[in-house]
Amino acid sequence: MANLASFFNALPGAVSQGLIWGIMAIGVYITYKLLDVADLTVDGSFCTGGAACVMLITAGYNVWLALLAAVLVGMIAGIVTGLLHTACGIPAILAGILTQLGLWSVNLAIMGMKANQSLNVANHELLVSLRYLQDVSKGERPFWQHPIFVAALFTLALVVILYWFFGTELGSSIRATGANPHMARAQGINTNFNIVLGLMISNGLVALSGALLAQYQSFADINMGRGAIVIGLAAVIIGEVVFSHIFHNFGLKLIAVSIGSIIYYVVIQAVVSLSEINTNYLKLISALIVAIFLTIPYWKGKYFAKPVKRGGSSHA
Amino acid sequence: MLEIRNVYKTFNPGTVNEKTALDGLSLRLEEGDFVTVIGGNGAGKSTMLNAVAGTWPVDSGNILIDGIDVTRLPEHKRAKYLGRVFQDPMMGTAPNMQIAENLALAARRGDARTLKVGITRAELAEYREKLKELELGLEDRITAKVGLLSGGQRQALTLLMATLKKPRLLLLDEHTAALDPKTAAKVLELSDKIVAENKLTTLMVTHNMRDAIAHGNRLIMLSAGRVVLDIAGEEKKKLTVQDLLQRFSTASGEEFSNDRALLS
Repeated sequence: MANLASFFNALPGAVSQGLIWGIMAIGVYITYKLLDVADLTVDGSFCTGGAACVMLITAGYNVWLALLAAVLVGMIAGIVTGLLHTACGIPAILAGILTQLGLWSVNLAIMGMKANQSLNVANHELLVSLRYLQDVSKGERPFWQHPIFVAALFTLALVVILYWFFGTELGSSIRATGANPHMARAQGINTNFNIVLGLMISNGLVALSGALLAQYQSFADINMGRGAIVIGLAAVIIGEVVFSHIFHNFGLKLIAVSIGSIIYYVVIQAVVSLSEINTNYLKLISALIVAIFLTIPYWKGKYFAKPVKRGGSSHA
Repeated sequence: MLEIRNVYKTFNPGTVNEKTALDGLSLRLEEGDFVTVIGGNGAGKSTMLNAVAGTWPVDSGNILIDGIDVTRLPEHKRAKYLGRVFQDPMMGTAPNMQIAENLALAARRGDARTLKVGITRAELAEYREKLKELELGLEDRITAKVGLLSGGQRQALTLLMATLKKPRLLLLDEHTAALDPKTAAKVLELSDKIVAENKLTTLMVTHNMRDAIAHGNRLIMLSAGRVVLDIAGEEKKKLTVQDLLQRFSTASGEEFSNDRALLS
């Protein structure tokens, strides 16, 4: 029962993390679902965002400015992958891997060639922090500084902006690029430009998420983005499996991704709290979960397809 | 209006699969011409259309639309002059977007994509009217995903998209080949109607000789990447399939070989 208690104690933290990672998952949704590209840049750009944010805050810059800078460097990473893919003709997956690998060095350089950099919570006013979560529950801070509240607000604002953007002429043309590039070009859409733009937006969101997570855990670490793409895909798929029958609107689909991320973190937390598992096995479990969820729809179509009854064939 | 000047295109040069698809092709279209294009297997019919559309760069030669040299222009920039319908009904539309969204994308062909709203209320009403003219009942399904439509419905929609913003040149690339005969006839009839109403200059590739004779004001036949027959006006009206086969073998020195053309 002690385990159950520890699970409930850890729940607000798990939800906060889920919401923060959910922003990254929304970035993954844009590339994976809208552009039809599996972008592996995110494993690197997530850390880039975190590193840039921590270094700037430590250097005394305003937290919003640090956040903005994090988004910008993430966008640059996306542009690099996009150009490697479109201008240099490198397959999208490989282009992402190349950028991700290069970012390893860049991220270390940003952090002054150290594998991690911590943020002194006492010295800086942050947007989200694990410390604030405790402070709010002790009544030392107002409820609106609770990480769940802040992260949810960020998510909502981003969903509203993305909903608007993907309804504009430009946003629609990005969706068309992912849906059918032949058709897009025949309708005068510059598909290469749109792919770069989509990757830029996606990695901007991923870096923002990384910046928020670095604040939340009060450090940036060179490994913080490792496996991010898998977590992003997990969130996208869980959101889809749970909500695809009720959420048809684009904005709601983005919210489903965010909720998918929360579910993922709550489940992981449950596994950690309720079992004696070594946390080093979590990545294996994550990989298995995503592999299973990606397999189900494929096998469903291949092995469990219902035979179609052909009406009227006997009269033919 | 369209001028193809001495265009060459070889696929897979230097390999065993080397294939000269366009071998010094030249063709001139006048304003308002509706040209049907026939030819044997691998004669270069679709290649000619793709060369005009800019799907890939040609090896040499020039392509001019309205006197403007578009040879070096990328595909998406040429699109402002062109309306295109492909052989594969899947090619011309975005399946996971709505009928209305597909039309809105097509209505902006050649325009810069801005941050203005992607589809206005006024447009929706306009699209409903246009869809009504197709007589397929699509006007009541304007928010349905295009992926739910049949091949014939998708070709009809693609045709509407290609002409929603009046193109300088309409390229129809065997656009009825993948459809059943009844649907094919309907889409062809629709093509005729749209071309006539908008007085569009049109290049229509077909594998069906009867269709090639029945439609348009001019008929060209390709063989080995060149135009070998060019028949227009009164002469074309009197043409029969037998004449055409005869004239093909005289012009090219070989039997006409297109399984689908001979079977249909």
